[in-house]
Amino acid sequence: MSEIIRYEKQGDRCDIFVSGEIDLSNSGEVRKTVLGALNGASVVTVNLANVSYIDSSGIAALVEGLQLATSKNKEFTLNQPSKQVKSILELARLDQVFTIV
Amino acid sequence: MFKFAFRQIENLGMISYQAIERFGFAIRLFWDSFYWLIIGRQYKQRVRLHQIVEQVRINGFDALPIVLALSFVVGMMLAIQLIYALSEFGAESEVLRAIAKSVTREFAPLITGVIVAGRSGAAIAARIGSQVVSQEIDALKVMGIVPVRYLVLPPLLGLMISMPLLVVCSDFMSILGGAVFSIGRLDMSIMAYLVESLNILLVTDILQGLIKSVSFGIIIALVGATMGFHVTGGAEGVGKATTSAVVISIAFIVLVDMIASYFLTQ
Amino acid sequence: MHSNPEIVIDVKNLITHYGQRKILDDMDFSVRAGEIRVVMGGSGSGKSTLLWHILGLYQPTSGNVEVLGQNIHTISFNEQLALKQNIGVSFQSGALFSSMNVGENVALPLREFTNLDENTIRIISRMKLEVVNLGGFHKLMPSQLSGGMIKRAALARAIVMDPKLLFFDEPSAGLDPVVASEIDDLILSLRNTMGMSMVVVTHELDSAFKIADRITVLDQGKNLFTGTVDEIKACKIKRVNDLLERRSRHETVTSEEYLRRLTQENYTLS
Repeated sequence: MSEIIRYEKQGDRCDIFVSGEIDLSNSGEVRKTVLGALNGASVVTVNLANVSYIDSSGIAALVEGLQLATSKNKEFTLNQPSKQVKSILELARLDQVFTIV
Repeated sequence: MFKFAFRQIENLGMISYQAIERFGFAIRLFWDSFYWLIIGRQYKQRVRLHQIVEQVRINGFDALPIVLALSFVVGMMLAIQLIYALSEFGAESEVLRAIAKSVTREFAPLITGVIVAGRSGAAIAARIGSQVVSQEIDALKVMGIVPVRYLVLPPLLGLMISMPLLVVCSDFMSILGGAVFSIGRLDMSIMAYLVESLNILLVTDILQGLIKSVSFGIIIALVGATMGFHVTGGAEGVGKATTSAVVISIAFIVLVDMIASYFLTQ
Repeated sequence: MHSNPEIVIDVKNLITHYGQRKILDDMDFSVRAGEIRVVMGGSGSGKSTLLWHILGLYQPTSGNVEVLGQNIHTISFNEQLALKQNIGVSFQSGALFSSMNVGENVALPLREFTNLDENTIRIISRMKLEVVNLGGFHKLMPSQLSGGMIKRAALARAIVMDPKLLFFDEPSAGLDPVVASEIDDLILSLRNTMGMSMVVVTHELDSAFKIADRITVLDQGKNLFTGTVDEIKACKIKRVNDLLERRSRHETVTSEEYLRRLTQENYTLS
């Protein structure tokens, strides 16, 4: 487990904590973790409070998570996105698509 | 008067200079293509298989109907002329040998080369030329995609693969065309004619045609690309480049054909 | 690496020729990180040439060009490739690949230079099209697009790799004012959210004043003036004023020279 991604599993719920810079070098890992979590748990949250930079591939990984969650009728939320993450989500109008807490 | 003569000489000089420069450019394209084919992978310049397969389809498979039709006609035409010429000294039976040898060594690659030069040579020149005009080449460069790898190598490989395949088909159709006209005179069945042709043919006959066809494929791709990359002056320039690509590649095909015939028929 | 990480483009003493004609004459030009720099100048002033040289498309006669701290003429092919991933270019004509649809155009750099999953590539490229307000248009071919849509699609392709540096050649040329102003807004929001540095070549004054942090005015291959919008409005240099007031540039010629230009058979600009 890398220092960028960490997750806690409690029964049917999985909380993923992402921090630092998400770019092409590690977005694949984020994607795998998110998709893996959704295969097990039925409620998945991704905490983005400590993300200083996220590129398009990182955002795409989250969109893929949402895609899988919707098709499986599971709950997928983004928690406390940092300012940078929020502005990028807004730029692509993704703030209307994700459940952001 | 002198001024006029000087200007003509100057023009001649400019034209020769340009011709040599373009010839060098074409050689460089060939070299670069294989350079990127071999070492491209370590520089993120992968050559995609599907791009090459696509080019084999466009340049080879799509040309098949016209190549087959014209080869058949050429075969018949040869039979007509050869029977006439050979009957003067009562050697009509030799028509089978004459057609089989001349078609596989000469006519099939030549006719295929001319047809493909008209189709693919023009298409390559027009495609690259219009991409030069619309800055698409610059766009590739600033993205980090090497234009030769992306635009020249696939059609080059596509033609090097599809030309021999087309020539094999053309060989068969030309002999068939010859057979259709000759069997009446020779009093043979079509099957017997074809089997006999196959018996007469040597591996070197077929091979000569195939070697020629690969070199014609290289000529068509390189001439088309060279003319395309040198387009200036917008849409009109693209038209000019397309025309000269066809004319120049056919000229080179005929020239190389002669040279190859000389060396391969020793 | 460059000593000052805040400078993303550093051009020094750049001299270039086109044939015999000198295009850039001892050009100095530098851009700070996060800045939107507008480059202006009449036609023939060397705007586009400067752009192409910063991108390394041509070899200069002499001078130094550093982009993101690297000298583009001395680095290796792989370093150049890595640098190019950090640079986006939106061409004046769009330069979309006419054989591919809009979605494939935008996705091309991802396909060529990343190992991302096809599904991820699709999401990223469509997301970029959403950013430029072309959501749902990925299936169209470039020939089916209007002028404004081509510019926006080209912009989407330019930003698909999340570049640090974006070049924009004539973003609003040939567009109606409403579409042009939309593109200006887009440029501003891209800088504000992604923190890109940008070099925008334009001759539209309204657009330049709206987006620029600093404006550089080129004239006859030289960097005539660089300053903020207010500084440039207060500038006293005649050529800069001419440009701002859209006065045409009539250089003074002697009457003999003028007559020669009109009548001599083989006259060329020296």
